[in-house]
Amino acid sequence: MPEKLRLRFSKTGRAVYLSHLDLMRTMQRAFLRAGYPLKYSEGFNPHPQISILLPLSVGCASVCELMDFQLVEDVDLAELPTRLTAVMPEGIAAQEAYPAEIKSRFLKWLRVTGRYEYDTRDLAEMAEALRVFYARESIVITRKTKRGMGEMDIRPAIRELTVTPEAGFVRIEAVISAQEPTLNPEHLVTALRQLDETIAPDFAAFRREEVYHEDGGVFR
Amino acid sequence: MDRRLERILPRVQKPARYTGGEYNQIMKDKADVDLRVAFCFPDLYEIGMSNIGMRILYSTMNKLDGVWVERVFAPWGDMEDEMRASGIPLYALESGDPVSDFDVVAFSIGYEMAYTEVLNMLDISGIPLRSADRPDLVPLVIAGGTSCVNPEPMAPFLDLMIIGEGEEVNNEILLLFRTARDEGWSKERFLRTAAETIQGVYVPSLYTPEYNEDGTLSTIRPAEGLPARVKKRIIQDLDACEYPTSPIVPSTEIVHDRVNVELFRGCIRGCRFCQAGYVYRPVRPRKPETIIRQGIESLKSTGYQEATLLSLSSSDYRPLSDVCDGLLEYCEPRSISLSLPSLRADNFSMDIMSRLQKVRKGGLTFAPEAGTQRLRDAINKNVREEDLLHSCRVAFEGGWNGVKLYFMLGLPTETDEDVIGIAELGDQVLHTWRQYAKYKNRGVRITISTSCFVPKPHTPFQWEAQVTMDEYQRRVNLLRDHIKARNTTYNWHDPDTSFVEAVLSRGDRRVADVIEHVWRHAKPLQAWSDYFSFEAWMNACKAAGVDPAFYANRERGKDEFMPWDVIDVSVTRRHLWHEREQAYAAELSPDCRKQCTGCGALGLMTNGGCCDA
Repeated sequence: MPEKLRLRFSKTGRAVYLSHLDLMRTMQRAFLRAGYPLKYSEGFNPHPQISILLPLSVGCASVCELMDFQLVEDVDLAELPTRLTAVMPEGIAAQEAYPAEIKSRFLKWLRVTGRYEYDTRDLAEMAEALRVFYARESIVITRKTKRGMGEMDIRPAIRELTVTPEAGFVRIEAVISAQEPTLNPEHLVTALRQLDETIAPDFAAFRREEVYHEDGGVFR
Repeated sequence: MDRRLERILPRVQKPARYTGGEYNQIMKDKADVDLRVAFCFPDLYEIGMSNIGMRILYSTMNKLDGVWVERVFAPWGDMEDEMRASGIPLYALESGDPVSDFDVVAFSIGYEMAYTEVLNMLDISGIPLRSADRPDLVPLVIAGGTSCVNPEPMAPFLDLMIIGEGEEVNNEILLLFRTARDEGWSKERFLRTAAETIQGVYVPSLYTPEYNEDGTLSTIRPAEGLPARVKKRIIQDLDACEYPTSPIVPSTEIVHDRVNVELFRGCIRGCRFCQAGYVYRPVRPRKPETIIRQGIESLKSTGYQEATLLSLSSSDYRPLSDVCDGLLEYCEPRSISLSLPSLRADNFSMDIMSRLQKVRKGGLTFAPEAGTQRLRDAINKNVREEDLLHSCRVAFEGGWNGVKLYFMLGLPTETDEDVIGIAELGDQVLHTWRQYAKYKNRGVRITISTSCFVPKPHTPFQWEAQVTMDEYQRRVNLLRDHIKARNTTYNWHDPDTSFVEAVLSRGDRRVADVIEHVWRHAKPLQAWSDYFSFEAWMNACKAAGVDPAFYANRERGKDEFMPWDVIDVSVTRRHLWHEREQAYAAELSPDCRKQCTGCGALGLMTNGGCCDA
């Protein structure tokens, strides 16, 4: 029986607007188009056994997505990414495929970059204010949870955060908690909107850059 | 991607509708392209991408060298508001370029309720709505699709309309347009040349309606040298005709999210209410081996796990069994499901159904259309009660536990007895379930749905008055009072949309003002109940001085000039009138396979033949 495999892929450009469900469907079809038959679950309503380790929110880009899957037969993993990418919609590209040896629960940290756009405010000033803001001892936001509105201190979920003014925007780079608790990078902006509207950007977009173990080593 | 667009997309519902980039979309290098077509569907992405005509023509037009055809769909209200607020014009999905930059803006109009959205899409593109306000050749605004069989309500907005099947005529128009543009022709010269030399082209500005004192049309006068009636175009050899087997695979879910294969065009049945059955004549099949090959190729190139066989009445396709076998041989080992809509309620169909639906058995849908045999005969719907009940019996024995029955109220010659007959038919189906159901403990769900009949152009009922909304409501109440069984649900459509549809489908050029007024004062996606406003339509009629009842509820005289008389779909008026008389006598007409009734459609075939699938 072929083993459990893991695919690393990126989702950028026009593909960032695909929802998690859209992506699952797209993956199934792309595997079929590339001629890789996915293993299906047994039972009344069989579905392919694929699972994305950290579902991505709509609008967020990523160059480090991971998906576990199983095939019905052994294939050449070295050529799989190229063949798969060739049949993907624009913006989705497979980087590598390998046996999934490490359980997904060991994925702990996530490095993200954010692009904060300010239409009228001074970028250097904003960058300084953002630095001060994110250095607070606690940053408590109200957010929607499965059981209505709840409070969350996002500060402990931010391990590192740097702020750099660039041409036309302020760049944020942060290492945040991916699981237990999960910090959606959007909450970095939610915090500004709720606690200091004056430095909330007019527009922000994020990209996942890398995933890590608890100890900071790259997760594969 | 446009930075302004990047800002609004995260805020709207289902942004993937608006981004393009799907697998199999056709991309071309602008350096190799000298003619760009914005192919517009006046409804949402999910609807437009489910439209088979759109899929076919996207492929056939893109086959032309140097021509790049891109898709454009209507935005939902939230997206439209954001686009207008940010000053983003309507754009094409492939390149992201604004529609106003294109040479040709071509609409596919399949239903009347989309008319207001055509205007809206022009407006978000920054293109003047009326042809007369667009003096230049570029951009040329054209339309085709089933609604164009009555071109008059949209006539003032469109430079040119295409009548019939577009695979060939679209390309002829594009090539002539390229010459015209390169040689610097005036718009008038191009339109006139197109109308004179290309069959299937209607240029509204070259035809002038004239009215009688009582408000009826006296004629639509063609400019000198043009035919009084524009003949529709058809594909002579459907089997040899291009069919896309590498269709776009939407990344987000659409309504018909599967591989589509077309069995045949036209329909042998001749149901008297059915516009499609008349305007798509004559019947032309594809060969079974072609269909199987196209199906398998499409499945391979898309990765879809579902395929469906399309036609107006699939049970009438003689080699249906062969096609199913051929496709199942490929599908079954790969867990691909095959579905067959538009089956008749007969034995043969039930047999096929059981072979296709091995696992999931949900509900079955039948459309008897009318409650009594007399009325079914009057509309020439060749379904007998015993066939229907037998099909239900087979279904119940096979484990199905739900049946949906579709009917129309307000059909010509309908009496209260016919209305009550619907309830009785429902009871019969329930009785059949009690007698034959395999799994009685699961219960049964019978759903009866009615809609209000809309008389359509080019059908034997084109002369008919639609019943008033009050009368429809009375019949609904009558039927509701007669449906007593607990496991039978009755749903009815509101008559207000049907009333508006009746005005639009048989409207003349004066109705254009109503459409424009509604576009200006109501939300444009009037095909959606979220946005439909009956009040807006009635206000618009008042403002335009148009009496909606004149179009919806008035019976036309036998020889009255109809707005769509300017279009020749090849079925003669004499034949339609004869069929109408047959309806009033509750007489059936034979299907085309049994005996040709000489409707005239075969005249379109250069090599004659007979109508059989």
